[in-house]
Amino acid sequence: MKKQALTDRRKFILNMARGVGLATIGGFVWSAFIDEATASQLTLRPPGAIKEEDFLKTCIKCGLCVEACPYDTLMLASPGENKPLGTPFFVPRETPCYMCPDIPCVPVCPTGALDESSVTTKEVLDINSADMGLAVIDHDSCIAFWGIQCDACYRACPILGEAISIEYQKNERTGKHAFMKPVVHADACTGCGMCEHACVTEKAAIQILPRALAQGKAGDYYIKGWDKEDEKRLVNAHEIKSTTEISKQKPTDKLNGDLLEDLYE
Amino acid sequence: MKTLWNSYRYLILRRVTQIGLLILYFGANAWGWTLIKGNLSSSLILGIVPMSDPYAVLQMVAAGATLATDILIGALVATLFYFLIGGRAFCSWVCPINLVTDFAAFVRELIGMNKLTGVKQPASRKLRYWVLVLSLVISAIMGVTAFEFISPISMVHRGIVFGIGFGWAAVLIIFLFDLFVLKHGWCGHICPLGGFYSLLGKFSLIRVTHLEENCTLCMKCKVVCPENQVLHMIGKESLPVLSGECTNCARCIEVCDDDALEFSIKSMAQKKEMGE
Repeated sequence: MKKQALTDRRKFILNMARGVGLATIGGFVWSAFIDEATASQLTLRPPGAIKEEDFLKTCIKCGLCVEACPYDTLMLASPGENKPLGTPFFVPRETPCYMCPDIPCVPVCPTGALDESSVTTKEVLDINSADMGLAVIDHDSCIAFWGIQCDACYRACPILGEAISIEYQKNERTGKHAFMKPVVHADACTGCGMCEHACVTEKAAIQILPRALAQGKAGDYYIKGWDKEDEKRLVNAHEIKSTTEISKQKPTDKLNGDLLEDLYE
Repeated sequence: MKTLWNSYRYLILRRVTQIGLLILYFGANAWGWTLIKGNLSSSLILGIVPMSDPYAVLQMVAAGATLATDILIGALVATLFYFLIGGRAFCSWVCPINLVTDFAAFVRELIGMNKLTGVKQPASRKLRYWVLVLSLVISAIMGVTAFEFISPISMVHRGIVFGIGFGWAAVLIIFLFDLFVLKHGWCGHICPLGGFYSLLGKFSLIRVTHLEENCTLCMKCKVVCPENQVLHMIGKESLPVLSGECTNCARCIEVCDDDALEFSIKSMAQKKEMGE
């Protein structure tokens, strides 16, 4: 084949093709890394943090919340900690959120990733309305569930008696003692982690998990008919009609038709 | 008179600025200083003035974040600031990675790496604009700030202020890359933040200007310049450096023995040019 010098036009097209090709390689590698790097579900965020999905795009990782925290509770994720890089988080077993009434970490946020309105009740900052996670008790390792008297988590809770209460129950094993079991109330728990920090077992039997991880969801099919608030979910409910090949027939056709005949044949 | 100060005055000033800023940021977190808090992604100066990385904010917009007023003001302040002093002045006067890549370039020259690889560079300096566009595309598709999750700049700066973890590995990667793979590889070819500030710097006011009548064609400026494509006019005509890729590091000014390079304000430089 004859060797020919490339025309400018061809050079340009080839260079652009190379650029697009390399960008595709880079783009996929980059996207895959980002996808993995932001996948951590176990990260506990500062008070007032917006939904994790939005938090990841809104937080600019400046660390002003970390600097505002008087207890050094908050940290910025550094490489090797397996958390979305640079975002603020806390580990309650090490240092819980001490629930400052003036919530210094939230108003300093420049981006709104920490949303002041979500921790404000009647125009006053209200740390009790924070929602950083939910305390979850492992009944097998909680010694109160063994029958040993311990109410460390109950005493440590900053909203004593509301987020954690003690439930009494007869200890059938001894016949004369009582279980004093801690119970977490999801509607009041802020996820501050003072319970986890106070827990006396080797690895905490009560731990804070992000709500998205700790809680299930009943879905639209189930309504508490005895609860006026829950009934309201019915207001905007609408019927969903789904038709399949089978549902075109009457149920009785299916029940007493061919099937039965098939059986007798 | 040629003194040590004369030939290194801008370099010394740059190192003082770079390291001084790191100390101020570090002090804010460690000892509660209030002069400048936060980090290079977003800062609060004297507790009042916000200053935010406009490129990070651009990624947030691409990702579809709802932005608060503070961050918009912060990005605007930074944009105006770098518009005045030169877009890539950030790169050579503030960015901590510059310390690493300058050191890599120094070692590269020292051990003769440049002679081994020759003059031909295997990558285009336009790469950074591709990376810049790519980062915005990925931000839009993935719904996160794509570069902010891999940026060695914020990783290192955050690391120095808040604890580095394995972030030192990023420093090492960039150092080795610049030393063995590509001369001025990170800052001069890949970094999309540099690319962003290059675009911004096209319009900025403070410029290096060449005075052709003083030039003796020693080419020391071209040797020392990390973006020497911007010095295409040396020895040819008296022109200001108009490319946004110039980092205003002023190394060319201080190595010039003939006063053929100096800082100037853009409009004045252009008027001078027109008067001739």
